Amino acid sequence: MAQIEEVNVDQFRHLVSERALTGETMLLNMGPQHPSTHGVLRVLLELDGETVINAIPDIGYLHTGIEKNMEAKTYLKAEVMTDRLDYMNPIGNNLAYAMAVEKLVDLDVPLRAQALRVILTELQRIASHLVWLGAFGLDLAAMSVFLYCFREREIILDIFEMCAGQRMMTTFVRPGGLWRDVPVEFEAAVRNFLKIFPKRVDEYEALMTKNPILMDRLVGIGKLDAATALSHGVTGPTLRASGVNWDLRKARPYMGYEQYDFNVPTRTEGDTFARYIVHIEEFRESMKIVEQALNKLPMGPVNSDNRKFVPPPRSEIGVSMEALIHHFKLWTEGFPAPKASVYSAVESPRGELGVYLEGDGGSKPHRVHMRTPSFDNLSVLDKITKGHLVADLVAILASIDIVLGDIDR
Amino acid sequence: MDKQLEPIVQDLQEKFGATLEEFRGEAHVFVKPEQIVDALTLLRDTYKFELLSALTATDYWPQSSPRFHVIYQMSSLAENVTVQIRVPVSGDQLKVPTVTRIYDVANWREREVSDMFGIEFEGHPDPRRILMPEDWKGHPLRKDYPLGYEEPQFTFNLEEIDLRKPYAKE
Repeated sequence: MAQIEEVNVDQFRHLVSERALTGETMLLNMGPQHPSTHGVLRVLLELDGETVINAIPDIGYLHTGIEKNMEAKTYLKAEVMTDRLDYMNPIGNNLAYAMAVEKLVDLDVPLRAQALRVILTELQRIASHLVWLGAFGLDLAAMSVFLYCFREREIILDIFEMCAGQRMMTTFVRPGGLWRDVPVEFEAAVRNFLKIFPKRVDEYEALMTKNPILMDRLVGIGKLDAATALSHGVTGPTLRASGVNWDLRKARPYMGYEQYDFNVPTRTEGDTFARYIVHIEEFRESMKIVEQALNKLPMGPVNSDNRKFVPPPRSEIGVSMEALIHHFKLWTEGFPAPKASVYSAVESPRGELGVYLEGDGGSKPHRVHMRTPSFDNLSVLDKITKGHLVADLVAILASIDIVLGDIDR
Repeated sequence: MDKQLEPIVQDLQEKFGATLEEFRGEAHVFVKPEQIVDALTLLRDTYKFELLSALTATDYWPQSSPRFHVIYQMSSLAENVTVQIRVPVSGDQLKVPTVTRIYDVANWREREVSDMFGIEFEGHPDPRRILMPEDWKGHPLRKDYPLGYEEPQFTFNLEEIDLRKPYAKE
């Protein structure tokens, strides 16, 4: 049972201005249960009338100790925890973790698995941006966009269910490749999505982009300049909307991203509207990548044939003694990793998702740290909301695309 | 190690007597706690490492000196290189100067490290816990902090476990 420490109110006094102590300004809790905080985020607001003077995010309500739990599991079993981090981007989290493990034990991934990983993570990026767009619309009272976005997201989740048997917590990307090959219906299903989705993006744009009510709420709100963004570690679409062309898929290509032709959408305004435009453009770029990857999807195995790290297929176990031994060793003890550390990062829908992985020579990680993008993106909230109205805070919070599972871990 | 990184690491070695470890193409540079502010200032101002990608720590308990490594993962957008700065911290001197004046992102990240590992960042403007409740005792990611669990109840021992189960009290 945890012991409890005394807490004194004086240790929070520095967070608010002197005027709050005299009662001239109002302190107001927004959340933890509030529909526009996207989960369980509490923002302590200091208000002068409707104007925000201080916005102090309070996080940790969803802290589940994932990093601690991963230290007690083998490398393969720990991957199940990564799905639960950023629940809008499970396949991307699997990929980030699997890549870190592959770097630590120096494991190669076959070309087919690399291409399938790209297709799946880009589909996941579209699904994640769809939830973002839907929630963004909902927060700005555009209810119908939410329903349309979830209609399209359902198609992607059906594709994931077809591959992994699960809609969200897939654990499909494994160190050394994928859990299994995709079924034969996969290509037709993705092509069907690619056929209908461009028109749907145009529909969203027709509903939102030039809508004067929306423009009024977004243009010039929550301006974030590039220097502040970089100093606060902001990455992803939020950084690109501030005019910094930084995308890990282009800068440090992984999984064969260098062979696909796509643009990195950037805007220079850095306001909420710019962030909206960057997200919309990323739908189209992701579709381009999926189409190219699907057109030149190579045949072959989807798992590394290094049996010291990747379990053998079921068909081999009945006929090969070594396969049976490897199967037994890998599923009971796991594989050992060297006593060293690596850092590997991927571009998640929210920014740089980095994994710091340290082995201790045994089959369990010594330390796993997930550098989650939402955590750093949220830390800039106080700076960009000062002087805006409470209603604008809702729009800004929606536009920086936070996922509380990603922040609290 | 990246070719572009070699002069940067050399400079760090000359100025701070830093040691270098390499693994899978990554450069890990070790500096002392009192040098970290100068090292990061040099990296940001001279070599354009604009982004402090990650700030975390790792615990080597029961080893006591150094017990922790504080890790600063730096990225340069202009040169597209990364370098990792590691600061060994001994178990009886759990203090590292804060780098919040160099990178704003360090504010929350240092709060997380001191919440999870109990390392004090000297001069931090807002040294509160960030993920755990304010009244929590202990630092969960330390190796000597046990991983909590709940005893599984079966029909034969349901009442026996119920008696010692920590329920919320009135």
